[in-house]
Amino acid sequence: MDEGGQQPVILLEGVSKFFGDFQALKDIDMAVKRGERIVVCGPSGSGKSTMIRCINRLEEHDKGRILVNGHELTGDVKDIDAVRREVGMVFQSFNLFPHLTVVENLMLAPRLVRKTAKPEAREIAMRYLERVQIPEQADKFPSQLSGGQQQRVAIARALCMNPEIMLFDEPTSALDPEMISEVLDVMVDLARDGMTMICVTHEMGFARKVADLVVFMDQGEIVEQNPPAEFFENPRNERTKLFLSQILTH
Amino acid sequence: MSFDIMLIVDSIPKMLVGIGLTLHLLLLSTVIGLILAIITLLMRISGRWYLAWPAMTYIYVFRGTPILVQIFIIYYGLPQFDFIRESFAWPVLRAPFGCAVVALSLNAGAYVSEIMRGGVLGVDRGLHEAGKALGLKVHQRFIYITTPIAIRLAIPAYSNDCISMLKATALASTVTLMDMTGVARTIVAQTFAPYEIFIAAAIIYLVLTWVIQRGFGLFERRMSRYVKQ
Repeated sequence: MDEGGQQPVILLEGVSKFFGDFQALKDIDMAVKRGERIVVCGPSGSGKSTMIRCINRLEEHDKGRILVNGHELTGDVKDIDAVRREVGMVFQSFNLFPHLTVVENLMLAPRLVRKTAKPEAREIAMRYLERVQIPEQADKFPSQLSGGQQQRVAIARALCMNPEIMLFDEPTSALDPEMISEVLDVMVDLARDGMTMICVTHEMGFARKVADLVVFMDQGEIVEQNPPAEFFENPRNERTKLFLSQILTH
Repeated sequence: MSFDIMLIVDSIPKMLVGIGLTLHLLLLSTVIGLILAIITLLMRISGRWYLAWPAMTYIYVFRGTPILVQIFIIYYGLPQFDFIRESFAWPVLRAPFGCAVVALSLNAGAYVSEIMRGGVLGVDRGLHEAGKALGLKVHQRFIYITTPIAIRLAIPAYSNDCISMLKATALASTVTLMDMTGVARTIVAQTFAPYEIFIAAAIIYLVLTWVIQRGFGLFERRMSRYVKQ
C-alpha cells in the first residue's frame, strides 16, 4: 500500500483536541498523499501548530483518528515510535541540543534510535550538512551559528533519520528577515525531491511556489483548502479573504 | 586579654592533624549524598505517587531539621533500639564516625536532589520535544539531553552545597570525633586561648573553601563552553 501513491500517508478523521475547556481543534479531516506538499496558514491560535503536533504525537488528540503510514496513533508506544521514526519535525525555535556540536546534533538520533555505527552516522550527518550547505560548521556549537544556519542544521538533523514525511512548524518565524530565504531555499529543494511535507508558515511566496494545497485554518477548523492559484486568486470564505488581505497588503 | 599572633601560626600545623578526618567525612558524605540524591530525584520525578511521596517526605524531614539534631538522634537515639543493635547497620551506627557520615549523607541527599531537580526543570521543553520528534525514548532523552544540561545549570547551587557540607563536618566534633574543629576544641581546653585557636581553624576552613570554589569554577567553565559568552 506504500507504493500505490493513492492511499494517503497521513489521514486525519474527525480529529478534536481540547486544552481544558478550550477546543483547539474541531473535527479536522485531512488526507495527505505521498509526495504532496501542504501549506497550512491562519491567524495565531487557529490550531495550525496543534494539528501538526498531533501528527507525531507531541500532542494527544482527544477525538477522531490519526493514521500515519498505516499506523494509527493511539496510546500504543510501538505505533508512536514507528510514526516518529518516519516523521521528521522542524520547530520555530530550532531546538538544537546546545551542549552538542552541530555534527553531534545530527548523529544523536541515528546512533540511539537506528543504532547506526559512529563513523557511518558521521558520514550521513556530513552528507546532510552539505545538502543544507554548511558542512564547514560541523564542529561548532549551535550558539556560534546564525539563526538561519541553526534552522538549516535542524532541518538536516531531521533528515538524518531519513523520514518519509517532514513537518515544519513556522520554521522561519523566529528568523531575521535576511535569513528567511536561506531556510526556504532548503525547503524548496526538499519539495523538489518529492518529500511529503506539511508546513505551517505565513510565507505565501513559498506556498505559491511549492504547495499542492493551501489549507486555511481559523478557530480550530479547516475553513478552506485549495491549490495555491485558486486559494490566492479566488478565496471563497470571508475569513480567508480577510486573512489574505491582512497578510498580503504589505 | 592578650592576642597572640604567633599562637595562631603555631596552632595551624596542629590543626592539620584533624584535616584528614574532615576531608574523609566530606568526601564520603558527598559521594553517598550524591547517590542518594540521584535516587531521590528519579523517584521524585517518576510521576508515580508511591515513589514520589516517600522521596518528598525524606526531603522534607532532612531539610526541616538541624543536622546537629539529626546527629544526636542517630548517635544517642538509635542504639536504644534492640533491632538496630542486632541489624547489619550496627557496625556503622555504633561508631561516631559512622553516625556522622550517615547524618551528613542523608542531609546532602535531601538538599542535592532538590538542587538537581532545579537543574532538570531548567532544561528547555523544546529540547524534550525535539528529542521525542527524533524518536528518542524517555531514558535516552534523560541521559543524553536532560542530564548534561541540568548538570551545568545545577553547578553553582551544588558548589554552594558542598561548601555547606564542609562546614557541617565540624558538627562531628560534638560526637567525640577529632576532625579539625574537634582538634581545635581540644587545644583550646589545653591552652585556654579560644580566640587564636578558632581563628587558626577558620583560616584552614577558608583555604579549603577556596579550593572547592575554584574547582567548581573550573568545572563550570568546562561544562559551559558551548554557551555563548
